[in-house]
Amino acid sequence: MKTIITIIALLVGLTGNAQDAKTILQKVDDNMSSKNRVFESTMVIHGKRNSRTITSRSYSEGEKQSFTEYLSPAREQGTKMLKVNDQLWIYSPSTDRTIQISGHMLRQSVMGSDLSYEDMMEDRKLTEVYEPKVTGEETIEGRKAYVLELTALVSDLAYHKRKMWIDTERFVPVKEELYAKSGQLLKQTTLSDVQQIQGRWFPTSIVFKDMLKDGKGTEFKMTNIKFNQDIPAYIFTKAALKK
Amino acid sequence: MIALKLAFRNLLGAGLRTWLNVTVLSFAFVVIIFYNGMLNGWDRQGKRDTQAWEVGQGQLWHPTYDKYDVFSIQDAHGLMETREKQLAVEGKLTPILIAQGTAYPEGRMQGVLLKGIDPEQKILKIPSHLLKQTATAADDATATDGATEVDVHYAIDVHHAIIGKRMAKSLKVGEGDQMLIRWRDKNGTFDALEVKIVAVFKSDVPSIDNGQMYLSLQTLQQMMDMPGEATILVSGTEEINGNLGNWVFKDLDFLFTELDEIILSKRAGSMIMQSTLLLIALLAIFDTQILSIFRRQKEIGTYIALGMTRAQVVGIFTVEGGAHSILAALVGAVYGIPLFMWLAAKGITFGVDDMGITMAETIFPYYSLGLIAFTTLFVIAAATIVSYIPARRISKMNPTDALRGKVN
Repeated sequence: MKTIITIIALLVGLTGNAQDAKTILQKVDDNMSSKNRVFESTMVIHGKRNSRTITSRSYSEGEKQSFTEYLSPAREQGTKMLKVNDQLWIYSPSTDRTIQISGHMLRQSVMGSDLSYEDMMEDRKLTEVYEPKVTGEETIEGRKAYVLELTALVSDLAYHKRKMWIDTERFVPVKEELYAKSGQLLKQTTLSDVQQIQGRWFPTSIVFKDMLKDGKGTEFKMTNIKFNQDIPAYIFTKAALKK
Repeated sequence: MIALKLAFRNLLGAGLRTWLNVTVLSFAFVVIIFYNGMLNGWDRQGKRDTQAWEVGQGQLWHPTYDKYDVFSIQDAHGLMETREKQLAVEGKLTPILIAQGTAYPEGRMQGVLLKGIDPEQKILKIPSHLLKQTATAADDATATDGATEVDVHYAIDVHHAIIGKRMAKSLKVGEGDQMLIRWRDKNGTFDALEVKIVAVFKSDVPSIDNGQMYLSLQTLQQMMDMPGEATILVSGTEEINGNLGNWVFKDLDFLFTELDEIILSKRAGSMIMQSTLLLIALLAIFDTQILSIFRRQKEIGTYIALGMTRAQVVGIFTVEGGAHSILAALVGAVYGIPLFMWLAAKGITFGVDDMGITMAETIFPYYSLGLIAFTTLFVIAAATIVSYIPARRISKMNPTDALRGKVN
């Protein structure tokens, strides 16, 4: 009888845990996702000898469409990037050409950063493609965080497993680790400078680090973030690249 | 016959002038044969090495595979049917699976083409048997752990890999070094594993070395989640000379195209040097002929007075000029044959061993009978034509003026 009670208790506990994890992830998705978003950003790429700073302005509609225009340095100024569903185009003003990034080229780094083009192509909500599980609680940078382990529900995901640290009060990720199928840690993302913008908590500073590669990683800082704006539809067309 | 006798007597009588001409022409002879012999040697060795290391007796490609299009690799893989499998068991063909990955030697990042090759294969010289341990260990892991086929590769901590010397140089690694490799399986999911370089092989064929890493076929199939699949099948027998199911047959002519084009362009380039050298030698003969006709007018007049026709006299002078080439062939043979024999035995070693093209470090020139016969005939014909052009003036000479030694 005691054993049966223990099993039932365990099952209830596990189910409760899974629900909690899903709820947490849903809250994270709610915080991080929006109908659309406009922001300016600064990307600091640390190289072996020096660092480069690239500024850009981005527009995104849901998870499927985004448009980025690089503002500085002079070398990158005018370069534009458009993502529509699973297609990515880049316009280079020096050649006045638009090229589609596909296949092998998607694996290349974006302007020498720790981000690849394919990292930018991930557009499905975490709740749709991962099975979350709360594995504990930790304190990160003085804030309590749930530790969530996400295991892929579908086979066509770039990362089979993710580990996320979610702020227990604000429900934003403060740290994320991306793992290979073998369990090897591949990338780490640290999110900070969480601000309340239009009623939601949002981390404005992100550090991406390719854990297999030497280097300090890539810092990504967002400024001037505006959610749910009126973005003209032409922004997400190829014609906008040459404007 | 008289013309030939007279020609040689006159030639030898001219002394130093003849020998200077002959020496220059013989030099052109030897250089032409040497250069073409080198190209022939390179061609033969290049093709032999390419066959031994890369193409076997031909290849069967997956329909979407294109060697020159890196974008084709992602989708260029297919299952081997019963017939292909049987041929592989018989050792008549060997499958190779190709995938893209990234290597991280000591925190650096470098794109790498992962190639899965059967450790048991005997068709190619790639020392794939050194990967055997990995395959065996993987088999054991399946048997003991009962792991699924797809996950077997995780049962081994460090996988064995072999690379070529060029790749070793580019990755800055050597035998015994370990590194992490990352790839995406057929679903696009990232995966990463540690590999150990168990051997660095030395091959003259850069296209099987540059940017490539060899793993056991079974391991790569499991890594990619493509059990039983391959990108190309290398044939080891002339029996296979057409498409097999969906696999498209590529014959040796097609597979050698690149090398043939390089050799052809080198041959065209060498023609400039050879032609210049030959032109100098022929110019010397031409000048000698002009001088002979100018200085030997009394002799020409005497020949005609003795009853020779103008054509016969033109013949004597043409043969005399052309005979330079026969003497040159003989003189060339005196120092050329020992030199060629020595070069054919020792070969010529080029310091730079990695020029991105299939080329042995030491090239052994190959002189075919055809090459020697063609060169000889070509030089004789060229020398004869060059001798004939000034000799034509004889036919316009007035015999009495010629006898008096008057210049027209």
